[in-house]
Amino acid sequence: MTLIKPTRRGVIQAGALAGAGIAMPTILTAESHAGYRNAPQGSTVTLGFNVPQSGPYADEGADELRAYELAVEHLNGGGDGGMMNTFTANGSKNALKGNGILGKKVEFVTGDTQTKSDAARASAKSMIEKDGAVMITGGSSSGVAIAVQGLCQEAGVIFMAGLTHSNDTTGKDKKANGFRHFFNGYMSAAALAPVLEKMYGKDRKAYHLTADYTWGWTQQESIAAATEAKGWETVKNVLTPLATTDFSSYVAPVLNSGADVLVLNHYGGNMVNSLTSAVQFGLRDKQVNGKNFEIVVPLYSRLMARGAGENVKGIFGSTNWHWSLQDEASKAFVKSFGTKYGFPPSQAAHTCYVQTLLYANAAETAGTFNPCGIAEALEGLQFDGMGNGATEYRADDHQCFKDVLVVKGKDNPTSEFDLLEVVEVTPREQVEYAPDHPMFAGGDLGQCNPGA
Amino acid sequence: MDAILLQILNGLDKGSAYALIALGLTLIFGTLGVVNFAHGALFMIGAFCAVTLQKILTISSVSIDPEKKDFLGNPMEVKTPYVESIFGEATGQLIINWSVPLAILFAIPVMLAVGYIMERGLIKHFYKRPHADQILVTFGLAIVIQEIVKHYYGANPIPTPAPDALRGSFDFGVLLGFDPNAVIYPLWRLVYFAFSALVIGAVFAFLQFTTFGMVVRAGMADRETVGLLGINIDRRFTLTFGIAAAVAGLAGVMYTPINSPNYHMGMDFLVLSFVVVVVGGMGSLPGAVLAGFLLGILESFAAMNEVKSFFEAIYLPSIDQIIIYLVAIIVLLTRPRGLMGRRGVMEE
Repeated sequence: MTLIKPTRRGVIQAGALAGAGIAMPTILTAESHAGYRNAPQGSTVTLGFNVPQSGPYADEGADELRAYELAVEHLNGGGDGGMMNTFTANGSKNALKGNGILGKKVEFVTGDTQTKSDAARASAKSMIEKDGAVMITGGSSSGVAIAVQGLCQEAGVIFMAGLTHSNDTTGKDKKANGFRHFFNGYMSAAALAPVLEKMYGKDRKAYHLTADYTWGWTQQESIAAATEAKGWETVKNVLTPLATTDFSSYVAPVLNSGADVLVLNHYGGNMVNSLTSAVQFGLRDKQVNGKNFEIVVPLYSRLMARGAGENVKGIFGSTNWHWSLQDEASKAFVKSFGTKYGFPPSQAAHTCYVQTLLYANAAETAGTFNPCGIAEALEGLQFDGMGNGATEYRADDHQCFKDVLVVKGKDNPTSEFDLLEVVEVTPREQVEYAPDHPMFAGGDLGQCNPGA
Repeated sequence: MDAILLQILNGLDKGSAYALIALGLTLIFGTLGVVNFAHGALFMIGAFCAVTLQKILTISSVSIDPEKKDFLGNPMEVKTPYVESIFGEATGQLIINWSVPLAILFAIPVMLAVGYIMERGLIKHFYKRPHADQILVTFGLAIVIQEIVKHYYGANPIPTPAPDALRGSFDFGVLLGFDPNAVIYPLWRLVYFAFSALVIGAVFAFLQFTTFGMVVRAGMADRETVGLLGINIDRRFTLTFGIAAAVAGLAGVMYTPINSPNYHMGMDFLVLSFVVVVVGGMGSLPGAVLAGFLLGILESFAAMNEVKSFFEAIYLPSIDQIIIYLVAIIVLLTRPRGLMGRRGVMEE
């Protein structure tokens, strides 16, 4: 009798065979089952929340995560239901039942985008491949949102964008699997320019400091175009790296540039630091060309206002939503969020909460988690009772169209949250544009990808 | 001309922070031979001393004001800081208002203690280990400290304003005969520069004119001989570590009104300060200060629009982002020991 001696080659071959054998059932079933990627098995469905937990937008990211957790609680039938009680879709009550989505309990995984595209893609990829997330949502940086949206398109899952304000997200980089509820740079500019003209006049010279990535570029382009149409002149646009913390060397040259308005195309921690520098350099006390020097922050959030402290008083900007709105939906959301966390939600939290509910509702109406079914349910959806009044998910570019709020840093805040006041609600017609508008042209939505 | 003057001021101001951090970094390297990558974290801890003191001073008693409503429509909670109840409203508000300068007194003992614990607890075990080990362990420590701070204080910048009296801006140009409003500079940044000059002067005076300093300098030059003379040089070096930590901490405290502190601010400064030390010459105190101010001024000039356009024209975009590293390369190529480096430091 001869004993078979194990050889190195033999062991490797056997190992490879065994490995292939173990993997076989997964290869055959994982992606083809139900015809789409990550079809939920069992009684739960997993959503992936991909938000910046570090970096200059960490503040917004933390609030987004709170909103997602609240949305999951409401979807699973917990809490007071928040905006599930006010949300109407296509003129009738929403399809959410408070028993999860399509009867499956909602679970979630989270990832840290670190406000970096590569880190965000890695965490989204891991949530899709390892955790089986059927939908990815999150944001706070458009660079990140666009990168993750592209990844979700390739992977075949839905991407519900969180806070992303670049025109490109639903412009040249739009994707069939991606949807954005938040407004964009063009809309901010269209809403803000008439107010700026009314407040500061036609003859103004603007100096722009702009965050050097997709969001900054497109917002700057939009604001410059809209204000120039009102008679303003753009003196200079200086790009600042996202990682900048001390803006003094960018602010100092503004003093002698002949400009009488400084437009800060910055967000989050960047805006807090650049605005603080601008105020410290005495810009707001200055007189140039016989006029008071003014600062404008086109995209505003309460979290930023808190970070910048007193410096925001009297400064104009725009916002997607504000907790002080008095419609029933906003009040319901503020109540559930405020009761759970002890402070009112930010606009980032609002858009993320709304996106999660919209996704869930689309799944319920479509009767499937298949991205193509969900996309079909979302395209052209007319909804209300989500804090922004009547809103439409335009089918051409997957961008929501709704009213835009022009806000101002409050002069006499009554509490630590009462930092912004709504100056004007700009109607949807004024901020709407054609899908092939030059600032949004160049991209192709493509076909929805179910991933299998 | 006024734009140039403005950038010089700006550079001196940036340079102050670089110089203070680099001074501590090089002091530790010169005495203990340790490359301390946790030095940025010490700067950050200093800044959070100011935040902590502000929080302590604003600890408040809570009463309900039924007249006012909060954001949920419930009766509003009114907070009155205990400091105001104890010292009266006016004095209490004054104390809270001056919390950043007051934090200096708070930060000195805290930073000395942090430095002492760090050196005795961790760093001393790495004296005889290669520099690579030291860099790894101190860098790891920096990340640990950073995450602890993030856990307790959150990831957001926390506004820590300067006292009202020092919050405005100062018309520097008028002093030098320029038109009014031509060269305006924030008052607090001038305070920061003056404070840095004072601290740097104090450190040099301490090392130059005290017996303790003399022993430390002797130890930096020849540790072994000083030890053979029966002097416990290790104990003095531990204290030197504490002093270096305190210097970084004070730089952090005073920096808080310039940029609201967050947990990451140490890392933002660390790499630059390390470049400053290398350019100045490892272990050279005057070198660190000189290089700190020099690189601060160069960085500010590079951010001028005219300079940026010029460099863009010769295919060097974003010169303001790379100038420091470019200068570092040139200095290291032409003077491998740095501007004021001594023979034998970090060399076999």
